[in-house]
Amino acid sequence: MLRLPPYRLLEPSSAEEAVQLLADEPGEAMLLAGGTDLVPNMKHGLFEPKTVISLAKVEGLEGVSESEAGLRLGPMTTLADASQNELVLTRAPALAQAAGVVAGPQLRNVGTLGGNLMLDTRCRWYNQTYFWRKGLGYCLKKDGTLCHVVEGGSRCVAAASNDTAPALMTLNASAVFLGSDGEREVAIADLWTTDGIVNKKVGADELLIAIKVPLQAPGHRGAYAKLRRRDSIDFPLFGCAVRLDLDEEGAVSGADLAAVALVARPVRVKGVEELLLGTKPGSEAFDQAVEEVAQLAYKRCRPLDNVPGDAEWRREMVPVYVRRALRAAAE
Amino acid sequence: MAARDIHGPKPPWGEHFQVIGKGHRKVDGLAKATGDAIYADDIVLPGMLHAKTLRSPHAHARIKAIRTDKALALEGVHAVLTGSDLPECYGVIPWTPDENALAVDKVRFIGDEVAAVAAVDEDTANAALELIEVDYEPLHAFLDPKEALGRGEPQIHEGRKDGNVSKHVKLDFGDVEGGFEEAEVIVEGDYSFHGTTHGAIEPHCAVAQYGADGNLTLWSSTQITHYVQREISKVLDIEPQHVRVIQPCLGGAFGGKSDPFSLEFCVSKLAMITGRPVKMLWTREEVFYAHRGRHPAQMHYRTGATRDGRLTAVDAKILLDGGAYSSFGLVTTYYSGQLLTGPYHFPAYRFDSTRVFTNTPPCGPKRGHGSVQPRFAFEIQLDELAEKLELDPIELRRRNFQGESTETINGQRITSNGFLECLDKVEAASDWKERRGKMPFGRGLGVAGSMYITGTNYPIYPNDMPQAGIQLQVDRSGLVTVFTGGNDIGQGSNSVAAYLVAEELGVEISDVRVVAADTDLCPVDLGAYSSRVTFMVGNAVIDACRKLRAQIVDTLAATWECDKKRVRLMRGMALDLEDSERAIPMREAFQLTEAACDTLGATGSYNTPTLGGDYRGGAIGASPAYSFTAHVVEVDVDCETGFIGVKKVWCAHDCGRALNPRLVAGQIEGSVYMGIAEALLEDHKVNRFGLHDGPSLLDYPMPTTLDTPEIEALIVESVDPEGPYGAKEAGEGPLHSSIPALANAVYDAVGLRLTDLPFTPAKVLRALRELESATGV
Repeated sequence: MLRLPPYRLLEPSSAEEAVQLLADEPGEAMLLAGGTDLVPNMKHGLFEPKTVISLAKVEGLEGVSESEAGLRLGPMTTLADASQNELVLTRAPALAQAAGVVAGPQLRNVGTLGGNLMLDTRCRWYNQTYFWRKGLGYCLKKDGTLCHVVEGGSRCVAAASNDTAPALMTLNASAVFLGSDGEREVAIADLWTTDGIVNKKVGADELLIAIKVPLQAPGHRGAYAKLRRRDSIDFPLFGCAVRLDLDEEGAVSGADLAAVALVARPVRVKGVEELLLGTKPGSEAFDQAVEEVAQLAYKRCRPLDNVPGDAEWRREMVPVYVRRALRAAAE
Repeated sequence: MAARDIHGPKPPWGEHFQVIGKGHRKVDGLAKATGDAIYADDIVLPGMLHAKTLRSPHAHARIKAIRTDKALALEGVHAVLTGSDLPECYGVIPWTPDENALAVDKVRFIGDEVAAVAAVDEDTANAALELIEVDYEPLHAFLDPKEALGRGEPQIHEGRKDGNVSKHVKLDFGDVEGGFEEAEVIVEGDYSFHGTTHGAIEPHCAVAQYGADGNLTLWSSTQITHYVQREISKVLDIEPQHVRVIQPCLGGAFGGKSDPFSLEFCVSKLAMITGRPVKMLWTREEVFYAHRGRHPAQMHYRTGATRDGRLTAVDAKILLDGGAYSSFGLVTTYYSGQLLTGPYHFPAYRFDSTRVFTNTPPCGPKRGHGSVQPRFAFEIQLDELAEKLELDPIELRRRNFQGESTETINGQRITSNGFLECLDKVEAASDWKERRGKMPFGRGLGVAGSMYITGTNYPIYPNDMPQAGIQLQVDRSGLVTVFTGGNDIGQGSNSVAAYLVAEELGVEISDVRVVAADTDLCPVDLGAYSSRVTFMVGNAVIDACRKLRAQIVDTLAATWECDKKRVRLMRGMALDLEDSERAIPMREAFQLTEAACDTLGATGSYNTPTLGGDYRGGAIGASPAYSFTAHVVEVDVDCETGFIGVKKVWCAHDCGRALNPRLVAGQIEGSVYMGIAEALLEDHKVNRFGLHDGPSLLDYPMPTTLDTPEIEALIVESVDPEGPYGAKEAGEGPLHSSIPALANAVYDAVGLRLTDLPFTPAKVLRALRELESATGV
């Protein structure tokens, strides 16, 4: 078995205390939620925190609640709970679906919604053991200077691989962080950078304390489609979330599409709503709009050789999975 | 009774079996389910040290210097080993010893073992590894077997005659050219099989203890205790009687634990140097480097037939990528040709098979050793032939059935052969006649057949001693203990031994204990490979039981003053068939016998008859009995994505007699699972750096339950004249034809002839598009 490097474990009981502990050791401390990403990455020598701050005893970070403004999801809500929660299933079906296809059942019982949103980017040349990476001369993202995805590349293109991120983007969700300077709310669509090394704009002392999903349109529909080799366990080779809002007539009054496992950040495909607006699922016009959206996504989404699987084939799968997600949402 | 006596397939008592043929628990099932079972890594000894291995980051390099002083100086480090400490070469095949426990002058793949450290704990050992300095001179690395075949320099193993060729076998049987002249239809094509590995759930682990008395004890997760004992004795220069090798409970092997491995030598040597017990547990990554999995094979096949579908000749040319070491490669090369000559009659056959070395993790035996790749190519050719001849593929196979009690073109003796019944069963169960070729586009059925050995008469090192020995001890408490060298690797061989004793001596299964795979306590068995254990150990158990049974029956007949024929042992009781007053528990029967005869015990053994063709290599692949299999696979091809969905697999397997049908069905299901995994998901390969493509269970995608098709196991019992009660193997045969049956099903579904494994969706989609543009659909 791979060994976990030595670290100091702290178990704060409040969010404020956790933030203070983060601020005490900037860049040296990391947060432990479910641990399903942190622990393997520590074993692979990718994360080398001196201090691990467990969130297990922090009060108020779990559960889903509803108000007039919408849903508030605690980041420590497990992926299993998020995928089965009645409020999430009805108010934000794309999120429930995305949470329900992360990894496998055992990992979803431990892994959290916040952890998935804050997941490190992934790359076939990066998510490997120290020995393996050493044999390669390491890579841009960790310990080295070379990119093996784009030869000669100077920018890390490790892929955002969090299934829940595109779903949250289509829902116009936001993340609430607590830092030394207080609370900050940021739209999840604005959370990202295009740098695979660190793809999130989050301060070293910030703790994710809530995910807010605003109240959706009355005829809200959503779906998430995930490409992977196996029907369980695997990270996405491509993932896309869609939102379809239907008006009283059953015609599309709003729509959105976001995708993951392409580049360092989850990608929102712009111009989708315009194509679908006013069409009714079941009609020829809708089918044609779906096809146009699929082709638009095909143009915008260019998978790289960053995660396993043939990149060319993954690109061919973009329109297929976009169609499937749209049809599933319309059903 | 002599070792070679055949006991016949009949029940030992009367018309019916009491134990055999019924579903029973495995003797170790509860212990495994509850966590009581002791695996190698569960062993903790007082003062035990932990060892780790330094591995090569180069695919091919000369070692110029190794400096270990800094590692040795680290607090908590007890010993550091390098190649010069264990210079003696070894290898499971005595003719090709080309491995060292630690690299002596060269490293031959990324992951090759270079040094080992024993320390107070694993973290300290790992830290010490970082302090070892190795100067390498990188050499040209061969990652492509074709390049290794064409280019002999630099040699991966220096001093060999033939560049980077590991083994070459070319054999001709019958009039091949005449056969092709006679042929009215010829199919010819290239087929490619990729590398796959075993993926046993338990990583390799070994623990060694060296006593002041000079005795070495090695607990190891091995499936070949006897060969490990021999190689340890040789490399460490200890007389074999002072080397005790014990296989604890094992978490799967599938052929991946049938070589002696570096860790076994290292912990032994480290225990001798430090005087403390030493354990080494490999990480999953290290298991991928140790590999010994299926050889990638590039194959060219030509098959001729008459208009009415009778085969006239088969010609094969095979290139096997052996990886960095020989392992079982000599046998693999023979098996790649020798095991194709059934269940069909070949009037003429030629194969030309070459194994080359490359700078990749070493290949070896994986479930269906050597014969899964050729079977893939040939069974697709049969499908192509059936299409050309406008024959139903099952009918074509029936027409070429070789029959039972026959001999193959390459001189292999076939005894029982239930292949026709296998075909009948899968045909009926899959509703073949109604559905094949008649389902909507995208859905299809495919068939394939195969055969496999039940052990081989080639004992790895030549000797005339039995292949399997058994010792029985009968206690006056009523307990019968079986001592067997056989390795239970999860297949249930210990359970089979218990079932056979219970049947023969009339005791309850729970009153039989099995002590297995401990070279100090158990008579030699050669190990769990080539699907030999149930057949050979089973026969040896019956042999021993018959001797004891005679003593017990004689004693009871004398005590009861009745004819011996009236004595019956069953269900824990000894009975007089004609006097219901006379019924005593077996405990009492044992005590009477012990009083009359002396302390009770018996030995039994099995050895193969002389088998095989009269030519060099004719004994390799010669088996006392062959198993036969037929698969029908149903697929649903997603033409938008290229994903092949396997809806259902029907597998009919002729296992001679199912000693425990539940275990046979388990072996069939496991084999099908593994075959489908190889066809669709798994791919053991290196990247452009020679580095393993992803040595983890995340990157090496074994199917989850959701990816596993529905499997219907259909048992065919041909009852072999020489197997224990007629049993043959069930552990490896049922894998073979699953892969070509799947390929043939894809052809039925979408008209795509897939010949290049694995069938990834990317590859399938590309091929579908090429097919569309070629046919203008």
